[in-house]
Amino acid sequence: MNAGAKRVLLTGNHAVAWGARLSRPKVIPVYPITPQTPVLELLTEFHAAGELDAEMLTPESEHSVMAACIPASLTGVRVFTATASQGLMLMHELLHYASGARAPIVMANVNRTIASPWAFWPDQTDSLAQRDTGWIQLYVESAQEALDSVIQAFRIAERVFLPVMINLDAFYVSHALEPVELPAQALIDAYLPPYAPQHFIDPERGESWGNVVSQDLYCRHRQDIGAAMDRVPAIAAQADQEWQRATGRGWGVIERYRCEDAELVIASLGSMCGTAREAVDALRADGHAAGLVKVRLFRPLPLAALRTALGGVRDVLVLDRNFSPGAGGVLHQELRAALYGMPSPPRVHGLLAGVGGVNVPPQKIVDLALAARNREPAAEPVWAN
Amino acid sequence: MGKLMRLEKLDLPEEPVLCSGHAACPGCIDALSARHVLSALGPDAVAVIPPSCMAIIAGAQPMSALRIPVYQPSLESSAAAASGLRRALDARGKQETHVVVLAGDGGTYDIGLQCLSSAAERNENILYVCFDNEGYMNTGAQKSSSTPHFARTGSTPAGKSSRKKNLIEIMAAHEIPYAATATAGFLPDLARKVEKAKALRGMRLLVLLVPCLDGWGVPEDQGIKVARLAVESGVFPLYEVEDGYRYTLNTAQKTRPVRDYLLAQRRYRNLEEHEIEALQREVDIGWARLQHRTQAELKTID
Ligand SMILES: Cc1ncc(C[n+]2csc(CCOP(=O)(O)OP(=O)(O)O)c2C)c(N)n1
Ligand code: SF4
Ligand SMILES: [Mg+2]
Repeated sequence: MNAGAKRVLLTGNHAVAWGARLSRPKVIPVYPITPQTPVLELLTEFHAAGELDAEMLTPESEHSVMAACIPASLTGVRVFTATASQGLMLMHELLHYASGARAPIVMANVNRTIASPWAFWPDQTDSLAQRDTGWIQLYVESAQEALDSVIQAFRIAERVFLPVMINLDAFYVSHALEPVELPAQALIDAYLPPYAPQHFIDPERGESWGNVVSQDLYCRHRQDIGAAMDRVPAIAAQADQEWQRATGRGWGVIERYRCEDAELVIASLGSMCGTAREAVDALRADGHAAGLVKVRLFRPLPLAALRTALGGVRDVLVLDRNFSPGAGGVLHQELRAALYGMPSPPRVHGLLAGVGGVNVPPQKIVDLALAARNREPAAEPVWAN
Repeated sequence: MGKLMRLEKLDLPEEPVLCSGHAACPGCIDALSARHVLSALGPDAVAVIPPSCMAIIAGAQPMSALRIPVYQPSLESSAAAASGLRRALDARGKQETHVVVLAGDGGTYDIGLQCLSSAAERNENILYVCFDNEGYMNTGAQKSSSTPHFARTGSTPAGKSSRKKNLIEIMAAHEIPYAATATAGFLPDLARKVEKAKALRGMRLLVLLVPCLDGWGVPEDQGIKVARLAVESGVFPLYEVEDGYRYTLNTAQKTRPVRDYLLAQRRYRNLEEHEIEALQREVDIGWARLQHRTQAELKTID
């Protein structure tokens, strides 16, 4: 363990709140929603105890939360918030606004089903439906990874001036209690220096944001956002490597688990990867060359890393705990597009597994994997339940 | 009325905060009002301007008609955005810098009311100025909930069937430190109210009546005249509410029939006699209520 680090039991939510606290944000607008509420409660407790030197803002809605986050960030201070499900839906217009404003806000989103009907289960449709909003998206699998990712996210966001969303699955990650290493504040301060942007809103400077632009300026602005996104895989990888040097823990932009000589690779996001890891172990134990690719950085999708990881593999089995009606699983679509045109591309099987929080035990994944090997991939969405 | 009508010379700073060359219609009272609000507020301020005529007046990137920084939020989020900006300035030790919202009535009475109520409840340290031209002018003059009874707009071609929402009363019910009406028709009064608001802390609201030349059907040299008629007829009383209960009427009485005000605007064309009478009754009742509040307040305080 690192000097000054402490080992504690934390839920994913509390790990997120600790990650935020250690990052020293200056403005925190936040609104409660199940299963994110414990993030809000712990942050307000830190604040009340004088342990968090930030402006806490609790407006009437998530819409106003994001509306406040953007100009606060443009005023040159570090901004954090957290939400889930309906809250993220309500923010939608302003998610675009935030990336357009190049505001490096960091937000944790607890992945929960979207109404209607009402439900409270793990499902990633909420954040995946925001894939075109210009937010960088990370998906995490554990409380420790959640804490580490919040801190890394500020590093990435402030390097490219784009907002970052860290996604953790409802309950499986948000409420599961796990041993977590809390790094010392001094380590974080060295890793994440105070935010000091070149441009910020201040009467002494006279810089403005949001005035109407011409077609040409708008187009150039979009290209700039694209160029910043293109830099993210390398910057995120570097942020992670430096984190690994400082703490001994690295997570990768993608993680390859037992992929050596694999003929079949499972690909997924978030907590499903924990279950898939067990399925891979069981498959390997039975002599099958199986592996797992965990997509931690989903936006931008790290194309080169994915092509390297999945090139030469015979079958890729994508497990999607989300559903885009009329299209299928979002990661499935994304991976098919990412691998399209490779010299000998893998057969990409998409399975809708665990949509709406339906339980997917390891044995289920083993069965799905074995079945996929003897099947041509279907063009249409396939339900695994 | 006497005090308001006295001619007074306003001292304006050499270098106005709103520059000439902006993109408003010639004769626009929105721009004139903004010029005086911003002059009184001074250079240590940040403006929040949602989509509205004011956003057009503020100019197109990379130019700006304002010498102070402008943040343009989405239409519905001015008060929330101003709150975030305020807190960030506070976090940077800039407590003295003013955050001023310059929003239209649509962005205030309608789509932005939810976050305005929340900011008022939190008593955020913001000066919120509503440029009330009684309709969505930027999108071509449709009704808002601030459009008055019987007025014709692009979405009420036969005249609006319901009355204007009373924003000052809504905000007074939030017990904010200061809520007041004003208009460029009475500039010294407007400047005084900006100065007064500027010296206070917490949520402050100014509702400025802004006759819109195009949207109301008013000749381009008549905007100020119509603003004065609105005050003199009692259609738009000038008053202040402090802490939600201390009411001050700035004019002792109304001095004209409502008809004088209506006849000056095309949006009230072809009003029937009974409609004019109905509007007169509405104004009389509103005026009596305001007088009652002013006196009731005197009783509770004495
Ligand atoms: C969410 C959203 N809906 C609609 C619009 C279109 N829109 C722009 S300005 C405006 C009306 C503004 O009216 P008001 O606030 O009274 O300002 P004015 O133009 O009259 O100055 C509307 C509807 C928008 N910008 N955003
Ligand atoms: S439409 Fe009305 S408020 Fe808008 S700029 Fe023209 S005159 Fe002014
Ligand atoms: Mg208007």
